[in-house]
Amino acid sequence: MSNVLVIAEVRGGSLKRSSLEAVTAAIELAGQTGGKAIAIACGSGLDAAGSELAASGVAQVVAIDGAAFESYSGDGYANAIAAQAGEHGATAVVMTHTAMGKDLLPRVAAKLDASIATDATSVKFADGKFTVQRPVFAGKATLTANGTKAVFCATIRPNNYAAASAGGNAEVNKIEPPAGDLLSVVKEIVASSSDRTPLQEAKVIVAGGRGLKEAEHFNLVEDLAAAFGPGVAAVGASRAVVDAGWRPHREQVGQTGKVVSPPLYIAIGISGAIQHLAGMRTAGTIVAINKDADAPIFKVADYGIVGDAFEIVPALTKAIAEVVASK
Amino acid sequence: MEIVVCIKRVPASDTTIKIAADGKSIDPAGVKYELNPYDEFAIEQALLIKEQLGAGSVTVVTIGSKDAQKELRDALARGADKAALLTTDQWISDGASTAAALATWIKSQSCDLVLCGRQAIDSDNNQLAPNLATHLGFACITEVNKLELADGKFTAERDIEGAREVVTCPTPAVLSCQKGLNEPRYPNLKGIMAAKKKPLEEAAAELPAAGLEVVSLALPPERAAGKILGDGADSVPALIDALRNEAKVL
Repeated sequence: MSNVLVIAEVRGGSLKRSSLEAVTAAIELAGQTGGKAIAIACGSGLDAAGSELAASGVAQVVAIDGAAFESYSGDGYANAIAAQAGEHGATAVVMTHTAMGKDLLPRVAAKLDASIATDATSVKFADGKFTVQRPVFAGKATLTANGTKAVFCATIRPNNYAAASAGGNAEVNKIEPPAGDLLSVVKEIVASSSDRTPLQEAKVIVAGGRGLKEAEHFNLVEDLAAAFGPGVAAVGASRAVVDAGWRPHREQVGQTGKVVSPPLYIAIGISGAIQHLAGMRTAGTIVAINKDADAPIFKVADYGIVGDAFEIVPALTKAIAEVVASK
Repeated sequence: MEIVVCIKRVPASDTTIKIAADGKSIDPAGVKYELNPYDEFAIEQALLIKEQLGAGSVTVVTIGSKDAQKELRDALARGADKAALLTTDQWISDGASTAAALATWIKSQSCDLVLCGRQAIDSDNNQLAPNLATHLGFACITEVNKLELADGKFTAERDIEGAREVVTCPTPAVLSCQKGLNEPRYPNLKGIMAAKKKPLEEAAAELPAAGLEVVSLALPPERAAGKILGDGADSVPALIDALRNEAKVL
């Protein structure tokens, strides 16, 4: 009863990159509990994802593979995973804090009567206790807490653990989805009009604010993001410009948007309201470009340039493109 | 349709958080509170569904201190029919306890639909809807930003990484509401007057033992003071140099 289960997310047959970060957390935890790290995935046609998981460093893979699980069903997946957690003597279940992770793991935890912590930045097991750290108040404070139940569940914030790549060739157990009615079922997945990197998984976020003066000027932000090359950077926005209708809510960074911690965050024309700073202050390196030298954003920025974004950003875009091209 | 909306009184998003002397909770001095912003979408959606069906009721419920009467009255002023305050004096950071206590209360009510905000902006647990739905045996869709109800079935849309999901579920259901779902109405004077006469019951919250025991609440480490590299586009080479050789992120 010391194994650690990690739920891997498979979409369209492909293993989601960020799931490998939760695999790393699970392998670390299993090292501390003295149990095995076991990856579990639900879906239909899991052979490729199963092989990839088998080579991630886990001790075992369980693939719940069948037509009934072709589309995501929160209740259906949760029932199957909770049953497997029991069967494999799981003392912990982890998953990356994605749209699916937020939807699925609380259901699994409720079924197992487990402790659950969401959006964890660190999980540890020592002296018989699971301890988690997680940001609260959108990162204005950090909560450290111990699990009190027999089973501990946590969703892991993206960009906090390195992706697992330990190698190995774990056994893959393929099983059928359990029979039973599904309540909520995904009927369709509509790809976003852009193929941009999701905000919370991006290695670089280029965010714009009211200093850009008009919605059209966001092309400066988009061009800079594109200069990092495909799949690297995402575009973010301050609440002010989302409320003004310039940008969609899914790009909003801050307390009523997304809380992000990319290795590099570039804030352009963002003054740095407290609720915005809460959402990005854990980024690795923060760059601020703002015409007001007294803007609060400079208090959290590692590097700042004071001046006109319309002049600085195109020069930066050109310079970044040169660096990327030279690699 | 009998609708229950779960709401929460939270420190306003522009509040500076200070840690209390116990090192486990926030210092309440000077904190301004507000209705959790995402809960406004849940209240509005409940009212829209009641209007669409021309029947049913909207009950708002919260777990919190007596001060949360204010947020419940706000919801009543917007058009909810009745309210319940499940009282506790502690700040509950354990989302599973909240879900269990609300499930206990909802089971005592007649309820076909539970709506809540996608997360409360204090504890940021983002887990009430799926946790509660599992306790109740209800269907659940989270972070809904578009919703249709026809023949007792919901079709919802939600954002996932890089795409949109269209999800269906039957009633009874628990749905968590994301910004963009609707445009919340605000209370008008007539609503505020009417809210004073609407029923607001109080009972002690039946909280189970917490699944997470708080060890500490701390402010995040201050970021080391940064450098202003200069003015204007001339500073771009210095920035590139710093990102490559100092921060090593390029």
